[in-house]
Amino acid sequence: MQARKLKDRLFTAFCIGSTLLALIPLGSMLYTIFVKGFSVISIDFLTKLPAPAGEPGGGFGNAIQGSFIVVGIASLIGIPLGIAAGMYLAEFPGSRVSRVVSFTADVLTGVPSIITGIFAYLVVVLKFGGFSALAGGVALATMMIPFIVRTTEEAMKLVPRELREASLALGAPRWRTTLEVVLSTARFGIITGVLLTIARIAGETAPLLFTAFSNRFWFDGVMQPVATLPVMIYTYAISPFEDWHAQAWGGALVLVAMILALNIGVKLAAGRRW
Amino acid sequence: MRSRVSSLPFFRGISPDTLFQIFLGSIAVLSVLVLAALLLRELIVGAMPALSAYGVEFLFSAEWNPVLSEFGALPFIYGTIVSSLLALLIGVPLSLGIAVFLTEIAPAKVRAVLSPVIELLAAIPSVIIGLWGIFVLAPFVREHIAPLLMEHLGFLPLFRGPAYGYSVLTAGIVLAIMITPIISSVSREALLAVPRLQKEGALALGATRFEAVTGVVLPYARGAIFGAVMLGLGRAIGETMAVTMVIGNSPQLFTSLLHPGYTMAAVIANEFTEATDDIYLAALIEIGLVLFAISMVVNIIARAITWRYLRVQGGS
Amino acid sequence: MESKIEVVELNAGFGSTHVLKNISMSIPRNRVTAIIGPSGCGKSTFVRCLNRIHELVPGAWVRGKVLLDGKNIYDSDVDPVDIRRRVGMVFQKPNPFPAMSIFDNIAYGPKIHGMKKGLERIVEDSLRKAALWDEVKHRLKDSPVSLSGGQQQRLCIARALAVEPEVILFDEPCSALDPVATAKIEDLILELRENYTIVIVTHNMQQAARIADYTAFFLMGELIEYGETAQIFENPRDKRTEDYITGRFG
Repeated sequence: MQARKLKDRLFTAFCIGSTLLALIPLGSMLYTIFVKGFSVISIDFLTKLPAPAGEPGGGFGNAIQGSFIVVGIASLIGIPLGIAAGMYLAEFPGSRVSRVVSFTADVLTGVPSIITGIFAYLVVVLKFGGFSALAGGVALATMMIPFIVRTTEEAMKLVPRELREASLALGAPRWRTTLEVVLSTARFGIITGVLLTIARIAGETAPLLFTAFSNRFWFDGVMQPVATLPVMIYTYAISPFEDWHAQAWGGALVLVAMILALNIGVKLAAGRRW
Repeated sequence: MRSRVSSLPFFRGISPDTLFQIFLGSIAVLSVLVLAALLLRELIVGAMPALSAYGVEFLFSAEWNPVLSEFGALPFIYGTIVSSLLALLIGVPLSLGIAVFLTEIAPAKVRAVLSPVIELLAAIPSVIIGLWGIFVLAPFVREHIAPLLMEHLGFLPLFRGPAYGYSVLTAGIVLAIMITPIISSVSREALLAVPRLQKEGALALGATRFEAVTGVVLPYARGAIFGAVMLGLGRAIGETMAVTMVIGNSPQLFTSLLHPGYTMAAVIANEFTEATDDIYLAALIEIGLVLFAISMVVNIIARAITWRYLRVQGGS
Repeated sequence: MESKIEVVELNAGFGSTHVLKNISMSIPRNRVTAIIGPSGCGKSTFVRCLNRIHELVPGAWVRGKVLLDGKNIYDSDVDPVDIRRRVGMVFQKPNPFPAMSIFDNIAYGPKIHGMKKGLERIVEDSLRKAALWDEVKHRLKDSPVSLSGGQQQRLCIARALAVEPEVILFDEPCSALDPVATAKIEDLILELRENYTIVIVTHNMQQAARIADYTAFFLMGELIEYGETAQIFENPRDKRTEDYITGRFG
């Protein structure tokens, strides 16, 4: 009897311990990022070009700008395609095509991000003769599409069939029912999914290493290489210079702040159902 | 009737609804199936020079010397497998503990606060976990964890010194941290899907919580939990930046976890822009192809399982 | 009595399930016809065959004829979209479009059918006909979610009226409503009867007795008995009808 109780206690302790243990790295990360990052961040850091190696000062301005541009390009490609495909899966379910597409999209969410980098390298960088913001955008769009497809599908499937029927019973054709009733009813779910997907890809580094590459200057056209926040953080982190390490933490704070703000904001809003 | 069909010559007689379905269907096929096929095709074509030059030998050779055009992928495959398994070894018990805590033990308020916090971990970019790995975890492993392991388990080749901060062990820990949110959240869903009656039946018979969970709940949910573990494995195998930043990037067949290693994703990340000749690039793409194949197999198994156990057929 | 809809040997179902068996009946113009019967008897499927909504469910099938003003709505040259405009429907649970304002809910149908001008007029008329105008005239831009269940259901009726249908099908319109809201809907149905042909599915026999001119009793997919409401309730010819209305089953 005592042994059984003891086992139960140990088990409970193990479960609580696991949860606490998982919180330690998270706490440590957030703490370090905040403390080390905060001491670096300044207006200059957010708006200036990086200083040449060995010179003090400079900032991540071009990388912040570049991240917005590359994520923007990815969104322009990935969001419309993903939403349209997800719409198909939600509105025409049951067919073999739908099931295969839905399953494939699900599996594609597991493609290692570095692979989408190779893909964009082969289809954009090689064909257009160089690293470019466009190539980075294509790599990130490739990552984005499966997530947006699935999230749109799920949000639209939550729309009760009674609403579709109400619209059809008024004599609305199917396409208008989908675009005007189902899409508008599911819009918050879709927007939530899109924003979370953007938050997810905004921090991706691997797909950009040999697509967007990097650049010490400001953005100079979609067919030119461009600096991005994640790649810059990586480059600075593995550099041999102390002050670059410090700046890497500054970049990390900016990136994490943006991503967490997006994540938490979206989840709070979704919790209140907007 | 008259106004309900297209007036464009090519589409005459086709209703707008049919056009709509064809239009969306084409995008769905194009942006998912064609994309997947294209991805595979590009990798195969890109890897072709290496595939034909080295054949199967590529997978089993441990020699990686780009200067001499010797390319063997074994150290990377080996490093990927060992670091991923290590991540599971650490991450799975942890994740199950969290899942059980959040479903069976924690009061509703604690659960409502903790589960989004743990999922927050999944939102932190890999490069930032890598940054933390370099400056916080790796020194900690070198100065605290490794000496401890060497002192008590040093007789095992697995824990032979000297201890490096940038090591397979550090990579394994980083990966465990990264896969814990996904495994614990999918396991949690699996535990929640266990009918209350099953568990309450056991408790009513006088079972302790431990006995109810291990005897009834976990066995009931084991299929879906296995799916969750496979999802985590898939993620660990393909994880790039955080691993690249802490594993030491040394292409050798290590025996000690305290020594540096290399993974498939890491070698691609490090050497792709340095690949000066075609065969070098093709060898890296072939490693990408192998990585893609392995992670797709793992993911297909994972999705097939989780779809079977957890996916509620919603909608119309 | 002039008939608006003639149903001839209608069979319908889902996959291998045969729900409606050989239904033939005539639905009179400008009258209220009630369909009663225990749950699962095919009442809902029946009315859903009258505006071709049934066929939208995957696996659903229909055989037989439904003549609307003498023309079979299942003929191959008939556009179902056109039928659905002429035969409106109000559903069991109030289902206003939650993402649209009250105004847009009602203007949606006319817009679909190409109306661009005079929408304010149509919206006001429809809301007045549905006895909802006074309650919502100052909040037309609000979401319908804030309305009560009964108001939402009247909004759905207004929405159906806005496309100027000839027939309105009510599929258990009061099953989610309280008695006061139910009484309002019933009054409304009696008023609408002047200008529309009405078919109402109900599991509430008192409701059928109160508002219907004709009543049809369905059991296990078959039409058991059909006649004037008073006759069905006071003097049923079939034993099964009698058992049902005296509450012996269902």
